[in-house]
Amino acid sequence: MAQLSKSTKKIEIADLTVRYDGLEALKGISLDIYENEILGIIGPAQSGKTTLLKTINRTIEFEPSAEVSGSVSIDGTDIQSIRNVNQLRRRIGMVFPLPVGLPMSIYDNVAFAPRTAGIRKRSELDELVERCLKQSALWDEVKDRLDSLGTKLSGGQQQRLTIARALSHQPEILCLDEFSIAVDPVTTMRIEDILKELRSQITIILVTNLVQQARRLADRTAFIFESKLIEIDENDVIFSDSPAHKLTYDYVHGNFG
Amino acid sequence: MKIVTNVFHQLERWCEPVIEGIIRLCGISAIIFVFGIFFFVFREGMGFFFGGLDLVEFLTSPEWYPSSLNNKRYGVLALIAGTFSVTVLAMVIAVPFGLGAAIFVSEFCGPKLKETLKIVIELLAAIPSVVWGFIGLTVMNALIIKIFNVPIGLTMLNGGIILALMSVPIIVSIGEDALKAVPDSYREAAEALGATRWQVIYRVLLPTAKNGLLAAVLLGVGRAVGETMAVLMTTGHAVNMPTSPFDSVRTLTATIAAELGEAAVGSDHYRVLFIIGVLLFTITFIVNFVTDLVIKGIREKA
Repeated sequence: MAQLSKSTKKIEIADLTVRYDGLEALKGISLDIYENEILGIIGPAQSGKTTLLKTINRTIEFEPSAEVSGSVSIDGTDIQSIRNVNQLRRRIGMVFPLPVGLPMSIYDNVAFAPRTAGIRKRSELDELVERCLKQSALWDEVKDRLDSLGTKLSGGQQQRLTIARALSHQPEILCLDEFSIAVDPVTTMRIEDILKELRSQITIILVTNLVQQARRLADRTAFIFESKLIEIDENDVIFSDSPAHKLTYDYVHGNFG
Repeated sequence: MKIVTNVFHQLERWCEPVIEGIIRLCGISAIIFVFGIFFFVFREGMGFFFGGLDLVEFLTSPEWYPSSLNNKRYGVLALIAGTFSVTVLAMVIAVPFGLGAAIFVSEFCGPKLKETLKIVIELLAAIPSVVWGFIGLTVMNALIIKIFNVPIGLTMLNGGIILALMSVPIIVSIGEDALKAVPDSYREAAEALGATRWQVIYRVLLPTAKNGLLAAVLLGVGRAVGETMAVLMTTGHAVNMPTSPFDSVRTLTATIAAELGEAAVGSDHYRVLFIIGVLLFTITFIVNFVTDLVIKGIREKA
């Protein structure tokens, strides 16, 4: 089963170049992401990892100075040709480096996206909120205070809340951008367990500054360095003693970066 | 070099408490000034307040005849109604316009237009109130007579529109600050969840910035209640319980401004004007106090 789904391409990125004010943040990136895999993306800061995620859900369009060329397709459809950008964004869950609990109740945080999509029925929302909070392993801690402010949760709880929120619109793709940067190791491990459970249902792009995290979680890992894709391959290859590029070996083994 | 450092150390040791004292004084001075103003205004009117003035009549009678020869009456209800009606009308116009403009400037317009708009709005705020009064007296007056086919254009409507125009710049600039203070990460998060521009605004930005926006509106109210010259010139300055926007009215502030110069110092008339001052002071105090309570209430609920 796993092998079969691996053959289906979920996202195809072809010759993607992004410039901010003429400065290249991504240079000619081409890679495919398979359905229901976890793709790790590693690389030092400022190498363009976040830009890649922003391009996929087209939030890059909020940066007035950004210029995108090349193409990104999801399920074979070029995302630029998608008229309703909000619908596209609802297919992609996004988790940011710093937990962003929106200034509303825990319940409203999770119900935000379903509501914007037009779901009004209380029973339906109740069910959805409970399911997402359970998926993000937060339900037991907050089930008695769903009405309290989301921003009052601890950092680790807020990050799980944002994961619940990212799952609330039942996305096909979940992007995580260095989610563990502001959370403690215990929470990090819990979130990693969540991701392992989600693996079978959803395509996950895991941008991480922790090489070991990619090693633990990902099926395949891409190494981006100085805006260029150096190498993408199965984890067995990337983390072996002989990846295709020496640069990859050096980065993975902590010789630089 | 060492000596110099030493001297600085000495200086620092002596300066610290002095500077601290000065800063403390600056802070306390605000309280002193407020109480001082209240005290001096009240002192001028005190004699009449405790002897002669019928407080019930003062607050409930619309009869304002302070210079009648044989039957002086001091009822300010019509003046309160004037201030109140003009302020409410101004806010009805200014709040949607002001908040709408604040949202536009903060969320929708490009950087170049934003700069231009901000400069123009600040310019608008800097126009002296007498100029606004002049515009009301000439332009608005003629317009109202023409459009609504009424005999006189110096009315509550005129004053309300002019006051609205004067309050909008304040509401816009404070409101825009409040919206700007909402972290971009909220916008990003909401947009990544597939919310449209408008959904981001009314589900995330407005609730987050509500305290600041409320403050913006109340500063506008404060401006409208306290404004004197423009309303004096535009409302017709007739003591009158208003029944429609096309009635002339007179406000508390305009009464003080117009009559204080004519009242004999120390007379009942003179002193009652100071009591009106105290009344204005009390109204603004209540407005501020209620605002505080409302904001606190919002905070606790949230």
